[in-house]
Parts: sequence; C-alpha cells; structure tokens
Amino acid sequence: MSETAIASPSEAQKSKARPRRPSAFALLLNNRLAAFGLVVLVLVVASALLAPLLPLADPNATDPANRLAPPLSDGHLLGTDALGRDMLSRLLWGTRVSLAVGLSASVIAAFAGSLIGLIAGYAGGRTDQLLMRFIDLMMAFPYILLALAIVAVLGPGLINALYAIAIVNVPFFARNIRGITVGLARREFVDAARLSGKGPVRIVASEILPNVLPTIVITLSTTVGWMILETAGLSFLGLGAQPPQADLGSMLGEGRKVLFTSPFVSLVPGLMIFLVVLSINLLGDGIRDVLDPRLKAGALAKPSARTAVEKNRRWPETKKDETSDAVLDVKGLETQFRIGRSIHRAVGGVDLSIRPGECLGLIGESGSGKSVTAMSLTGLVPSPPGRITGGKVLFETDDLLAVSDKELRALRGGAVSYVFQDPLATLHPLFPVGDQIAEAIRAHQPLDRSEARAKVLDLMRQVRIPNPEARMEAYPHELSGGLRQRISIAMALANDPKLIIADEPTTALDVTVQAQVLKLLDGLRRERGTAVLFITHDFGVVSEIADRVAVMYAGRIVETGPTAEVMANPAHPYTRMLIDCVPVMGEPERRLDAIPGRPPPVDDLPDGCAFADRCPRAAADCRSGDIAMRDIRGRIEARCLHPLSPGDALRGAA
Amino acid sequence: MTTIILKRLLAAIPVLFGLSIIVFLMIALIPGDPATAILGSFATPENVAALNADLGLDKSLPQQYLAWISGVLQGDFGRSYALNRPVIDEVLERFQATLILAGASLLLASIFGLLAGIVSAVRQFGFADKAITLFVLIGISVPSFWLGLILIFFFAVKIRLFPASGMEAVYGGGGFLDILHHLVLPAVTLAVVATGVIARLTRTAMLEVLRQDFIRTARAKGLSERRVIYVHAFKAALVSVIPVIGIQAGFVLGGAVYIETVFQWPGIGAMLVNAISQRDILLVQGGVLVVAASYVLFNLAADVLQVVIDPRLK
Ligand code: SF4
Repeated sequence: MSETAIASPSEAQKSKARPRRPSAFALLLNNRLAAFGLVVLVLVVASALLAPLLPLADPNATDPANRLAPPLSDGHLLGTDALGRDMLSRLLWGTRVSLAVGLSASVIAAFAGSLIGLIAGYAGGRTDQLLMRFIDLMMAFPYILLALAIVAVLGPGLINALYAIAIVNVPFFARNIRGITVGLARREFVDAARLSGKGPVRIVASEILPNVLPTIVITLSTTVGWMILETAGLSFLGLGAQPPQADLGSMLGEGRKVLFTSPFVSLVPGLMIFLVVLSINLLGDGIRDVLDPRLKAGALAKPSARTAVEKNRRWPETKKDETSDAVLDVKGLETQFRIGRSIHRAVGGVDLSIRPGECLGLIGESGSGKSVTAMSLTGLVPSPPGRITGGKVLFETDDLLAVSDKELRALRGGAVSYVFQDPLATLHPLFPVGDQIAEAIRAHQPLDRSEARAKVLDLMRQVRIPNPEARMEAYPHELSGGLRQRISIAMALANDPKLIIADEPTTALDVTVQAQVLKLLDGLRRERGTAVLFITHDFGVVSEIADRVAVMYAGRIVETGPTAEVMANPAHPYTRMLIDCVPVMGEPERRLDAIPGRPPPVDDLPDGCAFADRCPRAAADCRSGDIAMRDIRGRIEARCLHPLSPGDALRGAA
Repeated sequence: MTTIILKRLLAAIPVLFGLSIIVFLMIALIPGDPATAILGSFATPENVAALNADLGLDKSLPQQYLAWISGVLQGDFGRSYALNRPVIDEVLERFQATLILAGASLLLASIFGLLAGIVSAVRQFGFADKAITLFVLIGISVPSFWLGLILIFFFAVKIRLFPASGMEAVYGGGGFLDILHHLVLPAVTLAVVATGVIARLTRTAMLEVLRQDFIRTARAKGLSERRVIYVHAFKAALVSVIPVIGIQAGFVLGGAVYIETVFQWPGIGAMLVNAISQRDILLVQGGVLVVAASYVLFNLAADVLQVVIDPRLK
C-alpha cells in the first residue's frame, strides 16, 4: 500500500497500546507454549538439582542378576540397564551432567562471542575486519564438523566436548552482538561518554553492554537448546562423557547396544533430551517474542484474496436518477480497518459515479481514504485488517461487492483495471515485463504464446515504448521509472477495460516524465473511450486530465463538481487550500503539506465537520451533527455549512 | 551465467584457503607431541621420528603449510596409520556414501519444507498451519540420533519394512533399488531438522511476500489465487529461502555424523568418529577438509541459484 492510511492506524494503535503494557514476564506467561516450556524446564532442572537428596538407588551400583528389568518392575520405576543399574537414578544424574555441560558451554560461548562482537563492533576498522573474517571462516565449516575437529585435536572427553560445542557457537554471538554494537558505537550518548574522557573499556561496559544485553539473551535462548543437544550428541558418539561418567548422551549410546531387545534403555534418556530441548526452544521463542516483537510469528497476518465484506451492509437509496448511464456507481461505500480493539473508518460513506469515457479525479491528502476507496472497489484491500462494512459498488449492473469470486476475477484486469503508484514495487521484480503483460492478457483471453506475444508488442507500441522487442525481455529494475509506468499502463489496457483506476500513477515520477505519462493516459482514454478514476493529491495533475473532481477528506467526499468550476470557484475551504498548494512556477516550496494541522485520526472522528479544527471559517454550528452534501450554485456539491462564494477570501470569513 | 559462476568461484578461493589453514593447524594445535598423540601408546621412538619427518614437524609452520597444501592439491593427504592406506582413498570412498545420504536428505527437506511452509502460510492459523507448526517445533527439538533409534526399532525391528543398517545388502546388494531401500530411514531421519527449519522460514517469507504490492498487482490482473500463490508469491519467497537451504546443507553434512553412526552408513561422518576415537588425526584432517570444502561448494551453488532466480542480484 502506498497510502499512509494503512500505516497510520497501526501507528495510532501503537501509541494506544503503550500505556497498558504488561511486564515482560507477564507477557511470557501469556504465551501458553512458552509457559508450558518454562514449567517443564523448571521441573526437570529441579529434579536434576535435587537428585542427591532424593531416595534414589546408587546410579553406578551394578546388579547383573537384575539386568534389563523392564520399567515399572519392583524397585526400578524405569527399569534397569544392561549392567542392572537403576535407570531412574541414572536418568536424573545424567540429566544433571548434561544440563551442567550444556549450560557451561552456553555461558562460555555467550561470554567469548559477546566479547568478540563488542570488540569488533566498537573498535571497527582493521580489528573488526580481522575478527569477523575469522568468525566467517568458522561459519564456513558445517556446524558439527568443526566441533568434531576440535575434539579430534583435544582428544575425546566430556570437558573437551564442552569446549568444542562452546567454540562452534561463538560465531552466532559474535555476529549478532557486533551488528548491534556497530550501530550503538555511532550514537550520540556514546560520543558524549567519549568526550567526557571515559576509556573504551568503561564505555563498552557502561553504555553499550546494557543495550546489547537483550540480543545476548535472544541469541542464548536460540542456542542453549542446540548446545545441550550437541554435547549429548558427542557423548552419544563416544567422544564426550567416558565411563564411568555418564550423561544423557552416553546413556543413549549404551542403550543403543540393546536396542532390539530392550528399547526402553534408549527411549528414556532420549526422551529426556527431547523434553529439555523442546522446553528450552518453547521458552526461547517466547522470550524472543517478548524482547523482539517484530519477529513474532503471528505478527504478519496473511491478507485474503478479496476484502471481507460485511454480510448485512447497507447503502443509501438513490435520491436522484442522475447516474443511470454510469459505468461505475458507488453508493455509501464504507471500509474499516480493525486493528486490535480500535476501528479505523478509512472510508466513511463515499458516493462516486463515472460515466463512460469520463475521467473523474479523486483528490485528497495522504490518509484521506482515496486509495482505500480505489482498492475497495474490486476488493483489493487486505483483510485482515480491512473490511467493507457498507455500500454498494455498481459496475454497469453488477454489485462488485456481491459478485462471486470467479466473476470478480474475470472483471479484475478485464473490464476494470488498475495502474498503481510505484511501478518498481507493483510490478513483479522477478519476471520480465513482457511476460507480465502477456500474463495479464492470457488471464482473460484464450491466446497462445505467439499471439499473446504479438499483442504484448502491440500494447507496448501503443504506450510508446521504443524498441519493444528488446524491452519485453527486461526486468522492471532495468527500466526507467517512466518506462516502468508505461508497462503498467500497457498491462492495464491489455483487455480493453471499460474503467481504469489509476492510483497516483505519476507521483513516483519526476516532473517531465510525469507530464508525458499524463499525456499518454489522457490520449489513450480519449481514443478508446475508457472511463478513468484518477487518484491524486495534486490539483495541478487533476486540472490536466480530469473532467470532474471529487475532493476527499477524512474518509468522505467533501466537494464534487466539474474540474474547471471547482478550480475557479471552490466552495469548500479545504478544496481552496488544496488548490492553493499547487506549486506555482518559481515557488517550489509551496507544497501540499503547507496546509496547517493534520487530518483527524479516522478511529476517532470528531462530531460535526471533520475539517473544523483546521478550518479558518469554522463556526460553532460546524461542530455538531452530520453535515450533508449540499448543492452550491447548481453545479457543485459541497459538505460545508459556510461555503465560499466566488471571490471570498479564505481567512477572516464567518 | 558462466561469468557469475566464475566470479563466485573466485570469491570462494579465499574461503577455501582460510579453511585449509584452520584444518592444517589441527596438527599444530594438538597438545603435547603430535606424533606421539597420533601413534598413541604403540609409539616407538623410531615410529615417532619417522612420523615427525613425514609431517615435517621440524620445519617452521609456513614451510609445513606449503609442503602440506601442495601435497593436498595433488591429492596427497598423508597416510592413515590405523587403516594403513592413503587418506585420500578412504576419504573419497566414504564421501560418496555421505553425498548420497546428505543429498537425499537435503532434497527431502527442501521439498517438504517448502511445501509445508507454503501450506502453513496459506492456511495461516488454520488446522494445517497448527499441525505444521507443531511438527516444526518437534522437528527442531528432537535429537536426530534418538529419532533414528526409534525409527530403527519401529520400522526395522517391529514391522521389518526397512533395513536397520548399512548401505547395501550383504549378499547380492548394491543396485539402485537396494541402496534406495537402505537409504529411506537414514535420509528421513537426517531430513527432519532441516525440513523444520526450511518450513518455518518459508512460512515467514511467504507471509512477508503476500503483503507486497506486486501481489496486489497480480490479483488486480485477475489471476487465479493458485497462480498468485504458487507462481508470484512463491518465486519471490524462494529468493530468501534458498540461502537458508544452503546453510541447511551444512547442518545436514554435519548431522550425517550422527545418522551414519546410528545406521552404520559407510560415510565420512562415521569414519570421522572412528578416526577420532583411534586418534587417526591425518584421516580426520582429510575428512574435515573435504566435507568443509564441499559445504563451500554447496553454498556457492545456492548463491548462483539465487542469482538465477533474482536478476536484481547480478
Ligand atoms: S462546515 Fe464549517 S468547519 Fe467545516 S469546512 Fe465548512 S466552514 Fe469549515
């Protein structure tokens, strides 16, 4: 979405969410999976810690007479292993060892990695390069392989396995911490500390370390599980714990020898490893969601193929039969965004009608709801959070909000097509432009490849793209902005549409190209008699192409009429201000944002006229009731209680 | 195309050089006297002296490296004392088996990971999404060596559908189908983690892409939802998933160490474990170098593939 209407509600949402922000721990417990992980982990750790105090058999006492006793047998809740040792006791003692080794490895890796990251990030320059080259090199090894090489050098053994796993995890910390530190080292508060004469060690410790702590915790939460898993793995391979010492991995390794006859001897320790790692991963995901909400899995909702439409939406009955010949007739369109508990009325009851061959300019500031209106017509507003709650979109005789998905697909890109604002973002970056035009054609016409290709070339010529044979092979990023927009226009023309909806098609282009594209669109629509809904924020553009204009403010149309009439003698104060914003030669600083104040937030519209807070003519009666559209001088309609008359000055009225 | 490959190959050279230095340093970093460590308790003074001369340990490190690397480049990785054969012969033989296993696993993981990720994204918050999320969670937490044991017990011991170990039947084995039959369990076990990781990232990438403007354009063109998701969104998502698959190649190659041990697959991972236990350092050295180098090549392939899909990266 190019329109800020989408961005602004989420910003409003953020500011609303801030005051009632619960503590990090409460958030963590709110996440059911993370809480489950925490409970399991606490239970496991507690039982491992308490192992010496529990009434357990000696984990190393062998009892050959009782070997491989199945679980639940007398005195051995989990049975015995191949030497008759009590499995439960061995399990808890083994868990102790595995946890101790895994956690020690994590602490070492976190410490060494963070240190390297801090030094590299803070020192920068050659130190940074050298350290990071080395880290990259370590990451060029497959993960476990490097650990194996280290064990090979140091020799098998539990402590050596611990070192090996710690070392191979150092790069994850070093990279993440360095990334954050580089950014921090250039910030003002660090500069200030430097100027106050603090040494680098103190600056890193007092200014930078507190800020990288969350990153260290996040990295730790993602790697602790692996480290426990991999140390157990090395023991399983016989390269870690050596008998009589036992951890979960070496227990599993011993169990493997009697797998066929007594599978439980392997099942039990493996299950414990799984449980520990699973609970740590669940907890880690939860911690990450709390500390870094951007990464939260559910944060990105998938938009549906078509905007959700309220079942019992209403629309106003037609008052006059002025629009019977219209190609598009929109009545009382309402589109909302539901974000959290707030409802943003982006479009609050819009009426529009366009006759065949006519160009209607829909104009307003960003956030006025003009783009959302355009997207709503064929259901292109993403749901969630968008929702059409009212109105009717009559295209010829069909209500586009009620037609079947199949009918809608046939209309989209067929009789109704779009040209969007920024063709670099709206064309697919990975397909040649010719293919994208051909795709648009073949979605609606049964042409074979060569016929489609001929049609593509023809369309490209119609939009005056020089050398179309070569250009059709190009990817969007290889073309200039103007050419890209011509491609979009060619795509929109592909199936001889009756209506083109152009959403700020020239805004992303520079001025000369803007004029060319505008001229092209105008020429094409006149040649073909295509109706155009032209959306823009710029009256200068509207005056060049539109037959009629509709001015939109805070989700509603506030003035509409023939372009020349509105431009010459606007009735609504807002329209007047917009017109005054058109840049005049030699006064480039007169821009749209010159209108003082901001539009009201669409989740909290004031009573009465939405423009009252910015309106120099506002009077007491402007702030209550619903203000209807009224005929003004017969040709214009405006939503204003104190409209301007021709020649009225904007200020000092009323 | 060829220029891209050549460029990436050139860029890989310093990495390979760095790898070789680290691998070379393995010997120098052995605590105590390397020759004694390698030969173990059977070392006689003559043997130690002979090995010392063989390794060139009396020369300076750079000289040692030069001698070693020029040998390596000619395929001379030294001799395995435990096996009494040239390291290169053993490594190459074993590496074939590892490539079969790792390649099959990566293929499985890519296919199922991508599919699961797409389905998960398309059915976001639905039943399929929840089931896949649960599988991913289990997949990335389960110890693969334990999962292998469970699968052996169930599929090889209980229902006897697949063999428990080895790569070929002892009698009359060795054909394609025979290897495939032996490959199923280890390849599936090895693929589980990578499948989970790829599925998780594909889901995120798809959800991100589905919000992009060009997807709205695809819908505005009147394309079918199938085409929007499987052609337009998937191709864009693939660009960010391919490097992840490249990294998973490393986890699969490394994880093969466990799986080869569990299933007695005659690959390089199982060889390394034995070699480490027997302190056959030269064999470890050769094995690590070959696997690490192949990982670099895997990543290079992923890089090139990414450029093929995304012309903006050229
Ligand atoms: S109704 Fe009142 S506040 Fe609104 S635009 Fe007109 S004069 Fe201004």
